[in-house]
Amino acid sequence: MDPQEYQQLEQQITPPTPYVKNVLKAFLVGGLICTIGQAIMYLYIIFFDFTDKTAGNATTATMVFIAAVLTGLGIYRKLGAFAGAGSAVPVTGFSNAVVSAAIEGRTEGMVLGVGGNIFKLAGSVILFGVGSAFFVALIKLILVTAGVVKW
Amino acid sequence: MLFFNFLIAFMVGGIICVIGQLLMDVGKLTPGHTLVTLVVAGSILDGLGLYDPLIDFAGAGATIPITSFGNALTHGAMAEAEKHGWVGVLTGMFEVTSSGISAAIVFGFLAALIFKPKGKVD
Repeated sequence: MDPQEYQQLEQQITPPTPYVKNVLKAFLVGGLICTIGQAIMYLYIIFFDFTDKTAGNATTATMVFIAAVLTGLGIYRKLGAFAGAGSAVPVTGFSNAVVSAAIEGRTEGMVLGVGGNIFKLAGSVILFGVGSAFFVALIKLILVTAGVVKW
Repeated sequence: MLFFNFLIAFMVGGIICVIGQLLMDVGKLTPGHTLVTLVVAGSILDGLGLYDPLIDFAGAGATIPITSFGNALTHGAMAEAEKHGWVGVLTGMFEVTSSGISAAIVFGFLAALIFKPKGKVD
C-alpha cells in the first residue's frame, strides 16, 4: 500500500469531528464555570467585604481549590472528556493540569516525582504567559518613553 | 440586574471557550498550543488596553478563562514599569496573578499527599 492509499484509508476510518456538538458543549460548560465564578465573586463581595477589584483573586483561588478536589476525585477528567475546551480554558483547567501532574508524579516520590512534574503540563502556559507579558510590557515602556503612547 | 450580570458572564466565558474549541477542532492545535495561544492573546489585548474594559463588562466571564492569566501578568508588569522603569517589568510580573499560581501549587501539593493516582483508563 503506498502512502497515498494509506492516507485515504485513514481518512475514511477516522470519524469526522463533530464541530457543532463540540462547540455547543464547550460553550455550555465554559459558560457555566464562569457563571459559578461570578456567583462566588458576589459571595465574597456581599459577605466578606471584598471590592470588585479584590474579589477576582479570591475567586480564582476558590475555583482552583474546587477544581483540585474534583481532580483528586477523578471527576474533572470525566468533565474534560465531555467538554473539551469548555473545561480546559477556564482557570479550573489550569488547576486540573497542575494537580493531576502532581498526583501522577507521586509514584516517583515527593521531590523528584511531585516536585519535578507539577508544572509538566501547566509549565508552557506559565512560560509563554510570562514571556509574552515581558515583551508586551517592554514594548509599551519603549513606546511611552518615545512619547508615542501614554500608560 | 444581577441576573443580567450572570448571563453576560455565561455568554462571554462561553464564547472564549468556544474560541479555544475552534482552535483545537478547526485549527488542529493541541490543547497545550491552544491554551498558550489564549494566554498570549490575553497578554496582547491588555497591552492594547482592551482587556480591562472586557472585565468591567463581563466580570467572571473575563477573569475565569486562562486569557486573564496573560492579562494579569502583563498588567502587573506594566503597572510596575510605569513606576520604576524597565526593572518594574520583572518585579511587577507576578504582582496581580500570584493567587492563581500559589493556590494551584499549594492545592496541587496537598492533593498529591491525599489522593492516589487513578491510572489513565477509567
